[in-house]
Amino acid sequence: MDLQQLSYLVVGLTFALYLGIAVWARAGSTREFYVAGAHVHPIANGMATAADWMSAASFISMAGMIAFMGYGGSVFLMGWTGGYVILAMLVAPYLRKYGKFTVPEFIGDRYYSQAARAVAVLCLIICSVTYVIGQMKGVGVAFSRFLEVDYDTGLQIGMLIVLFYAVLGGMKGITYTQIAQYCVLILAYTIPAIFISLQLTGNPIPQLGLGSSLAGSDVFLLDKLDQVVTELGFREYTTDVRLSGLNMFAFTLSLMIGTAGLPHVIIRFFTVPSVQAARYSAGWALVFIAILYTTAPAVAGMARLNFAQTLEPVPGKYLSIDERPQWFRNWETTGLLAFEDSNEDGYIRYHADPALNEMTVVDRDIMVLANPEIARLPNWVIALVAAGGLAAALSTAAGLLLAISSAISHDLLKGIFMPLISERQELFASRLAMAAAVLGAGYLGLHPPGFAAGTVALAFGLAASSIFPALMMGIFSRRVTREGAIAGMISGIGITLFYVFQHKGIMFIPGTDFLGNSRANWFFGIEPNAFGVVGALVNFLVSFLVSRFSAAPPREVQEMIENIRLPAGSSVAQVRDS
Amino acid sequence: MAQLTNEQANTYWRRNITLVIKLLIIWFIVSYGCGILLVDTLNQIQIGGYKLGFWFAQQGSIYVFIVLVFYYARRMAALDREFDVDQN
Repeated sequence: MDLQQLSYLVVGLTFALYLGIAVWARAGSTREFYVAGAHVHPIANGMATAADWMSAASFISMAGMIAFMGYGGSVFLMGWTGGYVILAMLVAPYLRKYGKFTVPEFIGDRYYSQAARAVAVLCLIICSVTYVIGQMKGVGVAFSRFLEVDYDTGLQIGMLIVLFYAVLGGMKGITYTQIAQYCVLILAYTIPAIFISLQLTGNPIPQLGLGSSLAGSDVFLLDKLDQVVTELGFREYTTDVRLSGLNMFAFTLSLMIGTAGLPHVIIRFFTVPSVQAARYSAGWALVFIAILYTTAPAVAGMARLNFAQTLEPVPGKYLSIDERPQWFRNWETTGLLAFEDSNEDGYIRYHADPALNEMTVVDRDIMVLANPEIARLPNWVIALVAAGGLAAALSTAAGLLLAISSAISHDLLKGIFMPLISERQELFASRLAMAAAVLGAGYLGLHPPGFAAGTVALAFGLAASSIFPALMMGIFSRRVTREGAIAGMISGIGITLFYVFQHKGIMFIPGTDFLGNSRANWFFGIEPNAFGVVGALVNFLVSFLVSRFSAAPPREVQEMIENIRLPAGSSVAQVRDS
Repeated sequence: MAQLTNEQANTYWRRNITLVIKLLIIWFIVSYGCGILLVDTLNQIQIGGYKLGFWFAQQGSIYVFIVLVFYYARRMAALDREFDVDQN
C-alpha cells in the first residue's frame, strides 16, 4: 500500500470512529447539549479538555514555531501550560459552584446587568472567531497535504467536515469524541517523536533525547544544533530571545491569563459533578497536555536539525535541485514550501540572509507534518500524523463552535431577546449559529493573519484583555460594579483590538493595517500577539476607577459572591435572607 | 449540607487565598523567574545537553505546574472536609 492509500485508510478509520461516537452520544436536551448533563468523570473531562485545548496550533503549528524561534518559542510552552495553574486556583472551582451553562451568564448575574452579559457575548465571539481562524489555517494545511491539493481547497473541505460533526453532537457528543481524539492525537504526536529521538540520539524518550548527545558521537544534540544554525547565519538556538525579555514576559503572561479567560476552556469545567472534581480535572487536563507540551520542544529541536541538515548535507555544500527528496516535492504542491534558484547553480542555497537565501517559502506550520517524512519514518507513522493533526484541529474547532453557539442561542436569544423560546428552538438556533461561525471563520482563514499558533495567540490576548479581568474581579472583589465591569471589558478589548488591527489589518484583512507591522511602531517593543496583558491592565484599572464612582453592587450580588466561594452549602447570612 | 457562620466562611476563604498566593509565588519563580528573568545566569549551569535556564523554559516549569495544581486540589479537599463544605 502506498502512502496516499494508507493515509486515506487511517484518516478514514479515525473519522468513522468520531462520527460513530457523535451519533451514539447525540444530545437530546439543552443541558446535554451545553454541559453534557454535568456527569463527566474528572479524568475523562481532563482528557476531553486536553483535546479541546490542544488544537491545530499546538499539534501542527507550535513545534514548527519553536523550531524556528528556538528559546524564544518557550513563550508558547510556558504560556499554554501555566495558564492551567491560574485556571485551577482562580477560576474553575468558583464558576463550577455557580453552576450554570455559559460564561456570559455568570458575568450577567454577577454584574446584575443584561448589558454586561451582552458585552461578554461580544467579547466571547471576537476571541473565539479569531481562534477558529487559527484552527482553519491548521485544517487547511493538514487537508492540503493529505489530499494533495492547494491550501484554499484543503481549507474548504475541512470546513465542511467540522460543520457536519460539531452541529450534530453538542457538548455530550463533543466530550466523548474528544476523548477518542485525544488518544489519536497524542499517539500521533509521540510515536514519531520517539522514532526520531531514537534515530538521532539512541534515547527513546524525546524529553531526554533533546538533552542527550548525538548517536555515535559525544557532541550534545543542542550544541550541534546551535552550531548548524549559526553556520547558516541564524541566531543560536538555545539562547535566541524573542525580541526582548520584556516582550517574552508579556507574551507568556498574555497566553496564561488568556487561557484562564477563554470560554471554551472554562465551560469544560461546568461538565464535572462537583467543585472538587473541577480542581482535580484541571490537574488531569494539565497532565494530558504536558505529555504533548514536553515532547514538542524535542520535536522542534530535532526537526530543525534534520531540516537544516537536509538543505546543507555537508558544511558549505547545499542540496542539489535534482536530488531534492520526495517530501520536498510533495510540499511544493501545496505552495507552502518553495525555492527559486536565483543564482542558477543547480543548488538550493539556504541562508538567514535574504540576499543569499533561495528557499523562498518555508511555512513553519508544515514542520510537524513533514517531520516524519524528513526523518524517513515508515509510511504508517506519516499517515498517523495526518490523522492526529486533523483530530486536534477538529476537536478544538468543535469546542469553540459550541462556545460561540451557546453564547448566541443561550445568552443572546434566550437570555436577552427571546426569553420565551422553547428548548427545541434554542437547540436549532445554536446549530444555526455554529454553521454561520464556521463559514465566517473559514472565509477569514483564507487570509490568516499569521501562522496558526500566532493567530491563536491573538485570540488569547483578546480573552486576556476582556473576559479574564471581568471574571477575576467578579470572584475576588465585592466592590466592582456593573458600570465598572462594562467599561473595563470594553476598554480592555477595545485597546487590544485597536493595537492588533493597526498592525495586522482590520479583521486581519490584508492591506487594512494603518501602522504597519514593524518593531519600530510597537509600544515598548511589545508585539501585537503579546499585547493582551496590557489590555488586561487597562481593563482592571478602568473597572476599579469606575466602580469607585458608582453605587455598590446590590445585596443579592454580594451574597452570590459569598456563595460561589464555598464549594457547598452557604454562609448563614444568605440562608437567613432567602 | 453545612451552614457556615460569616466568620467561618471568612476563615475558609482567607486560608484558600493564603494557599493560592504561596503556590502562585512558586508558579512565578519557575516560569518568569527561572525561564525568562534569570535565564542567562542559569544557562551557565549545564545538565546533560540542557542549559539549565533553557530547560526550565521548555521543560522544568511545566513539570512544576502539574505538581502545583494537584497539591492545591489535595490541600483544598482537606480544607473542604475541615469546614464540612465538601459535596460528597
